[in-house]
Amino acid sequence: MQDDPRQPTAPQDPADPQHLGDPRDAADPQHVTESADRRSAAQPDERQDAAASAASAASAAPQSAAGPDGQQDPAASRPGRRGVLIGGAAAGGAVLGAAALAGADAVRDRVGAPSGGEAAPLMGATTIPFHGEHQAGIETPPAAHATFVSLDLRPGAVRDDVIRMLRILTDDAARLTAGRGALADTEPELAEVPASLTITVGFGPALVRAAEREVPTWLAPLPAFGIDRLEPTLCDGDLLLQVSAGEPHTVAHAVRMLLKDLRAFADLRWTQQGFHQAHGSVKPGTTMRNLFGQVDGTVNPQPGEESFRHTVWIPDGPWAGGTSMVLRRIAMDLDTWDELDRPGRELAIGRRLDTGAPLTGTAEHDEPDFDKLGPNGFAAIPEFSHMRRARGVDSPNGGQTILRRPYSYDEPVGAGAGAISSSGLIFVAFQASVLEQFVPMQRRLDELDLLNTWTTPIGSAVFGIPPGCAEGEFVGEAVLG
Amino acid sequence: MTRTTAPTRRAALLGLVSLPVLPLLAACDGGTASGASDGGSSGATASALSVTDPWAKAAESDMTGVFGVLKNTTDKDVHVTGAKSPAAGMCELHETITDSTGASSMQKAENGFVVPAGGEFALEPGANHIMLMQLTGPLKPGDEVEVTLELEDGTTIPFTAAVKEFTGAKENYGGASDGGGMEDMGGMGSDGGH
Repeated sequence: MQDDPRQPTAPQDPADPQHLGDPRDAADPQHVTESADRRSAAQPDERQDAAASAASAASAAPQSAAGPDGQQDPAASRPGRRGVLIGGAAAGGAVLGAAALAGADAVRDRVGAPSGGEAAPLMGATTIPFHGEHQAGIETPPAAHATFVSLDLRPGAVRDDVIRMLRILTDDAARLTAGRGALADTEPELAEVPASLTITVGFGPALVRAAEREVPTWLAPLPAFGIDRLEPTLCDGDLLLQVSAGEPHTVAHAVRMLLKDLRAFADLRWTQQGFHQAHGSVKPGTTMRNLFGQVDGTVNPQPGEESFRHTVWIPDGPWAGGTSMVLRRIAMDLDTWDELDRPGRELAIGRRLDTGAPLTGTAEHDEPDFDKLGPNGFAAIPEFSHMRRARGVDSPNGGQTILRRPYSYDEPVGAGAGAISSSGLIFVAFQASVLEQFVPMQRRLDELDLLNTWTTPIGSAVFGIPPGCAEGEFVGEAVLG
Repeated sequence: MTRTTAPTRRAALLGLVSLPVLPLLAACDGGTASGASDGGSSGATASALSVTDPWAKAAESDMTGVFGVLKNTTDKDVHVTGAKSPAAGMCELHETITDSTGASSMQKAENGFVVPAGGEFALEPGANHIMLMQLTGPLKPGDEVEVTLELEDGTTIPFTAAVKEFTGAKENYGGASDGGGMEDMGGMGSDGGH
């Protein structure tokens, strides 16, 4: 499903003799041999497709089991265990009954051990390459924890400052995402659980200007929308970091390390923390639910597909291979949403809450039938519904696509605030063109979208995401170099 | 350390499994040296020493420290006797000693550094390091500074250190009253160098 070139995989420089000679690697031969053993031992047990996939991925076998890799059957990526479970089923209902009573985990531990199988490779050990054509953290399946940090350059910052800053940032990011401490990292052990860490860097207009390069017209705050209730402390910025991993300590450490090294150049403007589905909680590739309970992001282009490339990556110019990020902090009023009944909620969205299917379909990915009428003669998917408005079905200029990569937030509420929740969505959208893809869609939603009743944009920012960099380059070199 | 491994690298690692495991002296070791030794034309021992993860502490003036991990790839001890840098009027090799009261201070390592055969020698804040003195200009975060190690046999090992801000390990240099190590070095007695 998600055949992502950014799938968790190996470190960048496999042939680098320094790595080969690195005593840390040599000191750790067990990992390698364990993996090899597990693989070879497991294959006979595998279903044919799983075996084939293991073989094709033989070079990077642990990744296929460890990562959010979109495999159809996650169990297939856990060599050994699958066979055991099948064996258990064949042994008869008594075993399954016991399983149900004892709890799946207990049984898994019990039956898993004698088979000689090991625990699945640790998710925490998974790395995602930092270097490459595109930055990581966009086509990568979202990890469970993300912190978004926006900084302002110090007044008077000049091109030399920006370049030096980006050099440090790049070196830190490359090391941390590979599971190593940054240079001068005072807590390098915290870096040793990369957990699919990605660090994505974006530029605001002032950074590009300080670096004496042309600021593209799209790299500017969005036009004002009537629904906006923006708080300046949650908007804009010169430098954006999206730091995401499957382990919260990893994110906290990486953010802290990066901010320590950015302290000489920039001041913190805002920080936003969000969460996504935890690793292993749902099948890889499952569309996220937001805190309204909606399946959110069904129509996303899928990593690796042509539509993804076309939707997300800027095709030419200095930003080629980069993209734009729109980050909108959207408060969701769960208290008034509570007052809405289920049919009302589904009409507001245009999709069923349980399956995420369009109101004219039965499965999440069914194509909506916007012409279909309901029993009362009105459109089955109402004109005011979020999905219909986002698609632009009734507009002459509809049809835009964007990549939605949202995170939920659920902040503590201060005592005496009179509320019980402060929740919402860090709505993150990537698109090749802010002006041709995001803005027309947002304009339609601004004009009419019943969901606006319960949602309020309180923060907004646009960042240019430069393409990825090769080793030896700094991130953004293509744009600023 | 991660378990994910690309084909070529894994194959190579499998080949390494039987090799002796080297001691690790630095926790954040493992990076790609931005300035590994190349030794130029200095002969067989030129690549005897490599410098991994080199970095220098940012400083506006006066002096600063350079850190990293020296790795000896030979079966003989390598003796580092000095260092030089175009960014500094003078360089010294420093070690940290602990006195009878338990207080630590740093001083010039009169005998240089000995990197054991097949082993490593860590240069760390608060411990052994290369001291750049009489800086010719500010070393700003994100700059790179060229440093050259001098070995006993005359070999030189050039490397490039990344300059970073660092606020740690102040206890070794803090306190005007104890600044013995600094004072002893000949009037460089500011604690701002580290």
